[in-house]
Amino acid sequence: MSGLGVSIRGLVKHYGEHAVVRGLDLTINPGECVGLLGPNGAGKTTTLKMLLGLAQPTAGTIQIGDWTIPQRARLARTRVGIMPQIDNLDPDFTVSENLLVYGRYFGIGHKILAERIPALLELTGLSGKADSRINALSGGMKRRLTLARALINDPDLIVLDEPTTGLDPQARHVIWQGLRRLTQQGKTILITTHFMDEAERLCDRLVIMDHGIHIAEGHPRDLIARLIEPQVIEIYGESAGSWANHHALPLCERHETADETVYCYGHDHTQLLALLQNAPQLRHVQRPSNLEDVFLKLTGRELRD
Amino acid sequence: MDRRWAFPRFSLRFWPIWQRNFLVWKKLAGTSILGNLADPMFYMLGFGYGLGSLMPQVGGVSYMTFLSAGTICYSTMNSASFEVLYSGFSRMHVQKTWEAILNAPVDLDDVLLAELIWGASKSLLSGLAILIVIWILGLQQDWALSLWVIPVTLLIGLTFSAMGLVMTSISPNYEFFMYYFTLVITPMVLLCGVFYPADRMPAFLQLIASGLPLTHAINLVRPLIQGNIPSHLTGHITNMLGWTTLSYWLATVLTRRRLLS
Repeated sequence: MSGLGVSIRGLVKHYGEHAVVRGLDLTINPGECVGLLGPNGAGKTTTLKMLLGLAQPTAGTIQIGDWTIPQRARLARTRVGIMPQIDNLDPDFTVSENLLVYGRYFGIGHKILAERIPALLELTGLSGKADSRINALSGGMKRRLTLARALINDPDLIVLDEPTTGLDPQARHVIWQGLRRLTQQGKTILITTHFMDEAERLCDRLVIMDHGIHIAEGHPRDLIARLIEPQVIEIYGESAGSWANHHALPLCERHETADETVYCYGHDHTQLLALLQNAPQLRHVQRPSNLEDVFLKLTGRELRD
Repeated sequence: MDRRWAFPRFSLRFWPIWQRNFLVWKKLAGTSILGNLADPMFYMLGFGYGLGSLMPQVGGVSYMTFLSAGTICYSTMNSASFEVLYSGFSRMHVQKTWEAILNAPVDLDDVLLAELIWGASKSLLSGLAILIVIWILGLQQDWALSLWVIPVTLLIGLTFSAMGLVMTSISPNYEFFMYYFTLVITPMVLLCGVFYPADRMPAFLQLIASGLPLTHAINLVRPLIQGNIPSHLTGHITNMLGWTTLSYWLATVLTRRRLLS
């Protein structure tokens, strides 16, 4: 079983005067796991809706495998598994009924479903819960069941919209394990997330979008190496700003200030660390730069909603 | 390719969605039967015996017989309307069940067809329950003719499901449905001859009633219960099919605009 590729060219979506997606290009190779990152309102969910044929593009072309979207979207969805951001499980059904009923929408026969459902419950750690009501499940169990539901048609392309938002670390790790097994099977995965560690762990390639366009792309480690200084010192305290203005900024290759925190980016911070020894009123943390630093550099620190 | 105004497509893909609604219904059948079936039956028996004792005959039959035909239509209409309005809105907007279904290889047209037929299926059950009471009480004049009430209830169910789906497609919340019940359903019940002959109303109200689908439903069911073949058969069926077709088309267009824009 091989994954399905995706090709998006010049995708545009307007809602009235408001342009949500403004000329997005995105290619996903078969078998690849791609993370789509962006602040709230960047156009990620709208892009996914158009990819699945559930919103009409204003302009641009979309292909999933050989299927042109939206014209052939319904056929394409036979081979796509979708884990939506919101919980839309059927509250009146048990765990296994949810999967059974969902499988029937794909026209999958009862015999195949009877084999597939226990395997999916096993994969998502829900084996003991087959007959539980949805209301009796924790948030993490519901997300895992939503993942199981997305896999009911043994899809070649899996689209996950913020799969682990609101989950505890245990539940996130179970979801990650499941996704890794799927990539090993050669499935194509497109995932949106706000968790940079998640993107870094799971994805072969990241696409960062903002204001409806693609602004950066690459392997997580390459993005860090290419787009940001390797080291950061975070300096906190009431007087951090003024202290940094006098002492630290000349030593930073680049800095960002947010409220009472100064982020000083650079290659070598030996001198700055020595100065900080003499500023006991300030606290600081030294660490390697990460994907979140790249993301904040590209999309800014101001709130979006 | 702009399909926003296209006539709804028909496909057997609606069937698993119908099955889903049936499975939910099976789990909650007890309360559903009580609300949909027992309520109109109590009204029919209460008014039939109570008011019926004061009136010798209405339109040549006992008031209970007269009322029973109206009750079939009224109950069928209510059952379809409640289903596509409240339960339909819950599936579309509150539980986001439609959104989940649309991620499968199913179109919105299939979801709406499933809702239309499901609403009609439930109303068929409501109509059938009243019909059984009618049979038990022996109110029907001709048993074989009364069987024709069954397909008519299915048509009534389709008509009012389609009309209700228009409201569901534009509703922001459950409270919105009160407008429909107060301004459409209740006047229709009072104008179209459920409780008393419609020809007792002032002429201009009769004129309005003559276009309303409930009038035509009652003009089909009442003769069938009273042992006559309905007159103007084609006219009644055409009126109801017309309401069904136009409402279903409009509902589909509005729902596409709501969910697929």
